[in-house]
Parts: sequence; structure tokens; C-alpha cells
Amino acid sequence: MIALSDYLILGAILFGLSVAGIFLNRKNIIILLMAIELMLLSVNMNFVAFSYFLGDTAGQVFVFFILTVAAAEAAIGLAILVVLFRNRQTINVQDLDTLKG
Amino acid sequence: MSMENLLLAIPLAPLFGAILAGLFGRQIGRAGAHTVTILGVAVSFVLSAVVFKHFAIDGADPFNASVYTWMVSDGVRFEVGFLVDNLTALMMTVVTFVSLMVHIYTIGYMHDDPGYQRFFSYIALFTFSMLMLVMSNNFLQLFFGWEAVGLVSYLLIGFWYTRPTAIYANLKAFLVNRVGDFGFLLGIAAIYMAFNSMDYATVFAAAPAQADATYQVFPGVDWSLMSVICICLFIGAMGKSAQVPLHVWLPDSMEGPTPISALIHAATMVTAGIFMVARMSPMFELSTTALSFVIVIGAITAFFMGLLGVVQNDIKRVVAYSTLSQLGYMTVALGASAYAAGIFHLMTHAFFKALLFLGAGSVIIAMHHDQDIRNMGGLRKYMPITWITMLIGSLALIGTPFFSGFFSKDTIIEAVHHANIPGAGIAYWAVLLSVFVTALYSFRLYFLVFHGTPRMDDHTREHLHETPWVVTVPLILLAIPSVIAGFWIDPIVFGDFFNGVIYVSPEHTGLAHVAEHFHGATGFVMHAFAGPAIYLAIAGVGTAWYVYMKKPDLADTIRQRFSALYTLLVNKYYADDINAVVFAGGARGVGQLLWKIGDVLIIDGLLVNGSAKVVGWTAAVVRKIQTGHLYTYAFSMIIGLLFILSWFVFISPGAVQ
Repeated sequence: MIALSDYLILGAILFGLSVAGIFLNRKNIIILLMAIELMLLSVNMNFVAFSYFLGDTAGQVFVFFILTVAAAEAAIGLAILVVLFRNRQTINVQDLDTLKG
Repeated sequence: MSMENLLLAIPLAPLFGAILAGLFGRQIGRAGAHTVTILGVAVSFVLSAVVFKHFAIDGADPFNASVYTWMVSDGVRFEVGFLVDNLTALMMTVVTFVSLMVHIYTIGYMHDDPGYQRFFSYIALFTFSMLMLVMSNNFLQLFFGWEAVGLVSYLLIGFWYTRPTAIYANLKAFLVNRVGDFGFLLGIAAIYMAFNSMDYATVFAAAPAQADATYQVFPGVDWSLMSVICICLFIGAMGKSAQVPLHVWLPDSMEGPTPISALIHAATMVTAGIFMVARMSPMFELSTTALSFVIVIGAITAFFMGLLGVVQNDIKRVVAYSTLSQLGYMTVALGASAYAAGIFHLMTHAFFKALLFLGAGSVIIAMHHDQDIRNMGGLRKYMPITWITMLIGSLALIGTPFFSGFFSKDTIIEAVHHANIPGAGIAYWAVLLSVFVTALYSFRLYFLVFHGTPRMDDHTREHLHETPWVVTVPLILLAIPSVIAGFWIDPIVFGDFFNGVIYVSPEHTGLAHVAEHFHGATGFVMHAFAGPAIYLAIAGVGTAWYVYMKKPDLADTIRQRFSALYTLLVNKYYADDINAVVFAGGARGVGQLLWKIGDVLIIDGLLVNGSAKVVGWTAAVVRKIQTGHLYTYAFSMIIGLLFILSWFVFISPGAVQ
């Protein structure tokens, strides 16, 4: 029997991986978007696990919402990415420092 | 006409003239300007004479009433009011008489001046101010008059405002007077604090009760309240009446036109201080300290300023130093509690000094505005009226028997001789020796100007002639009282003229002692031959004659022999230089300090630019954090999130339950 803690550990590992992905990735903005998706999925994992073990379906309803939002966000993010590439000819994260003070 | 309306008309008539001539000078023209102002002052003089007769001769009770309440603030009444008694009536008559003479004289003296109307407006305004000063029945109005005469004096010294020297002189006069006025204001404030009233009668009535009161000016130092008040008031008088060390403005004020030198800087305004002290006699009598201070200052002024007159070459400056010396005499008289003698000398001095100044002005007109007595000489032949009137003025000034100056000056010397106030001893010697000095400089001036060989250039000599009647008539009219005014000594000084007006403490017996030995004017003259003063005067005239007439090269020899003394005198005891270095320099130094340290360093440098720099510097540091990289922002977000979570979990346990 897989315990709740196993799911939570998996979620935490996935979350940690995605955070590390955001920090360590200096090259590709697409990897950044993917890491954000992964972060959302790790949270979803927690939601589903809790929902199952606590017998409350509200958690799974939340997951649907999050997936919808994540899809929309990915679409917008990629669209921005395309526009950005068109303007700057690059998707290298290190080159995108227009906000520098 | 009721007494109140009559008294109101006296100051308002010249004011009306001044306003008309000042604001509508262009419309009414030159003749219009001098007509309205002379008419105003003439009305004022006639009414003053009526008032004088009413109070002094008919013996009416003093008039003391307020005519207008300016405002009432927390129980303090600021009023315009008149106190008219014998002292005021005498001052009013003298002021308006001299002023009238000067007005007439000005027609001749300022004949070609473009500022004709302005000048008449100023001198009429001055008459108004001076009358407000002497007629006042409260300290506030006294201060108003005090400041107003100062203002008009400033305007008139700088009348020829295109001359840098005139501007310097009027600024100097104004600033030096400010120093005195500050003391005066402090005195008035102290009176208000102690008596809770500004009214003369109230204050004088309450003063004896405060005779032993003390006041802490500085914590822990008890000073007699009366001494503090009187000395503060007298500092004001020192400014206005040009006593050492606030005398420096008066010689420089000769930059103004001669009529105002006669009116303001000889006969009237400078006597305001003397008048004020006499008016405040009930208070000054309560403080021996203040009287000693007064007598010592007066003695220093009388002697040392007289000496300066001997080395001056500008005709007006000689007379100016003479004025300083004579004001010193009056101050000495006040200090010796011989107020009546001081006021009497004020009156006689007003006549003969105005005469001397106007005579000097007449000479200046004839000399085409050359004022150097070394360029004159032998003017007697060309200007007989000026000559004879100037001679009368000089004789009166040095105290020739039967002339007015003799009676007033000898009374002062005698009163000081018998005064028992500390300081009277040196004051006696100062005024006695001044008699010699006075005779010396007066007759030096007289001989150099009117006798000897003419030293002016040919062009000037060809045009030498007696001045027009508008100039000579005032000279003659002033010469008459200069001769005969002395015979009023009996009623004014030794009679009951000032009874109930001037209060003399029974302890101060100087003048009373003189009065005991007074048996009529002629007897007074006879008595004088027993004293040293008259011989000193003769010696002074003799010296002047010997040095400047008999052996003219002797003056140069003396000058070379005593070059150190001569340098000291020519530089006026370095008073101007000391003022320039210590006070003006000190003020500039403080200003420099405040500017460099206070303004440039602290306000501009530290506060204004400093705070801007701190913001800029902080921003320069903070902008390093803004890398513009996504991962940095993400990282700081995560760190922030961690902090908030840690806060909730570990530090604020109430939040998670």
C-alpha cells in the first residue's frame, strides 16, 4: 500500500526540481516555462493525494481548475515567447535583463 | 477754539503742509510748496506762542489728555495724547520758531535745487514729528516721534542721494541711532513691565514706590530697577543727542543741506534726548547711578568733542563738533540734576547754533558751495550782515557776558561745581576746560572766515556778495534771541517756571545752591568775573587771535610739534575706525560665519544637498540588486516566501492551529 507520505515526498521532490530548474537554468526560457508547469503539477499531486486520503473530492475539483489555468498560462507564455524571440532574436534568459537598474 | 483742538492743530498744520508739498509738489510748483509748508509752520508757531502764553505766562494748569485711542490690547491702551505744560510749551515754541526761520532760509539756500518741493515736504514733516515727540503724554507716542525724527533725519542727510558720501552718512546715522533706539525701546519695555502703563502721569506717580525695587537682568545679578530703566532710556538719548560713543553720526550728517544741519542736527532733533531726560526727571532722580552715568558721558562728550572742532577745516564740521560739545554741556546739566539749566541751555543753544549754522550756510552760498575755511578769509567786507550775525552767534556760544550763552553755560558750570553726584568732579573740570576750547575753535572759525587776507580764487572773489533777504532775515531774527534770551534765566531757571514739571530730589542741591547766590541777571554777570570760566573764554579768544591772526605760521609749527596729538584729533580719536573694524567688521564677520558655516555648509551642504546625496547614494547601492534577470527575481520571491512561511510556522504559532 502506498502511503500518503510517499505521494507528498514525490510532490516535494517534483517541486524542488522545478525550483532548482528556475534558478539554475540560465539558457532557455522554455525550460523556465516547463519548470513552472512542473511546479503546478507537483502541487496537483498533493491535491489529489490529500483528496483521496481524506475522502474529499474538492481537492480533485481544484486540480481541474489548476490544469485549465495552467493550460491557458502556457499558451499565453508561449505566445509571449514567440513575440519576444521575434523582437530580440534570442530566448537566452541571461540576455533578457531589460529590467536592470 | 477749545484747547484740545488748538493743540491738535499745532502738529497737524505742518503735517498738512508736508503732505501737500510731498504728494502734490509737481502740481503746486515750487512757490506753492514753500507757501503751504511755511504757512503750516507759521500757524504752528503762532499757536505755540499762544499756548506758551496760556501756560507759562497766564499760569494755566498743565493740559493732559488723550485725543485718540489707537487700540486697546489686553488692557494696554495705545493712545495719542498731549501733555502740555511749561516744558512742552517752551520746546514747542523753540522748535516751531527755529523751524520757521529755517523754512524761510531754505527758499534762498535751495533756490536752484531740483528737489525743492521734496525738501520742504521733509522739513515740514520733521516739524510735525518733533512736535509729536515733545507734546506726547505717553511713552508710545514719544517713541513714535523719536523714530519719526530719526527717519526724517535719514531722509534729509541723504537728500542729495546721488552723492556716495551722503548715502554713507545717512546710513551711518540711521544705524547708530538704531543702537540707541534699541536701548530706548528696552527702557520703555522695562517701564511697561514695571508699571503696567505707558502714560507719563501714571508712571511718574508710581515711580517713587519702585525706587528700591531690584530686577534681575541676568540671573543672580540684582540691579536697581530704576537704574536699569533710566540707563536704557539714556542710551536712547545718547543716540539721538549724539553722546560719546554714539556721536559718530552727527559730524557725518553735515553731508545734508545746511538748513537741516541747522534745524535737525543743531537746534531741535538732537535736543530730543535732553528733553526726554528732563521730562523723565521724576525717574532719573531716583537713581544716582543713572545720573552719574549721564554726567560722565556728558563730560566726556563736552570736552573731547570740543577738541575735535579745533582741527576741522570744513566750516560746517567745526560747527557740528561745537554742537556735540554743547550737547555734552546739556547732558552734564541733566546729570547734575540741573534740568532747568539744561533745558535753558537747550533753548539758547537752539537760537545761536541755528544762527551759526545758517550763517555758515550763507557763507557757503557766497563761496559757491566751497566749505573749506582755508579757502575763505576777509569775508567781513563782502557779507556784513552774515559777518555781524555770525559774530553774535560766536559770542553767544563762547559765553560772553550778557549774551544768552553766557547765562545758560555759566549756570551749568556753577551747578556742576556744586553738584554732589559721583562724577561731578571730573565733569566740572571737563566743562570748565571746554570753555577755553569752545572759545578757541569758535574764534578760529570766525577769524579764518571773516578776517585776514582773502584766500579764495579770483573767480569766487568777484562773485562774492551778501546773500538775499530770505537768508539774512532769518539770521537777524535768530540773532535777536541769541542776545536777549539769556535774560529769561530769572524765571526759567531760578523761578517757578518748572515747578511741578521737573522734579529735583532735595538731595541733589547743585542748582539750588546756585539759586541761593542768584540776585538778578546783572548780579550773575558780576559774580562770573570772580570765577575762572570767563577768563578761560577770553584766553581762548586770545589764543585764536594770536595763532590765526597775528602769527598765522604758528599753527603749522604747533601742528608739527604735537603731530601725534594732531593725528589723533584729525582721525577723530579713531572712533570711526574702531567702529568700522570692531562693529561693522564684527557684524560682517558674524555674517560671513553664518553664511559659510550656517548657510553653505549646514543648510545647503548638509540638509538640502546632503539629503539629495543620501538618496542618490542609497539608490546607487540598491540598483545593484536589480539585475534584470528572471532567476534573480524568482529567487528573491522564493526567499521571501520562505521567510513568510517560517514566520508563520516558527515565530507566530498563533497563525497555524
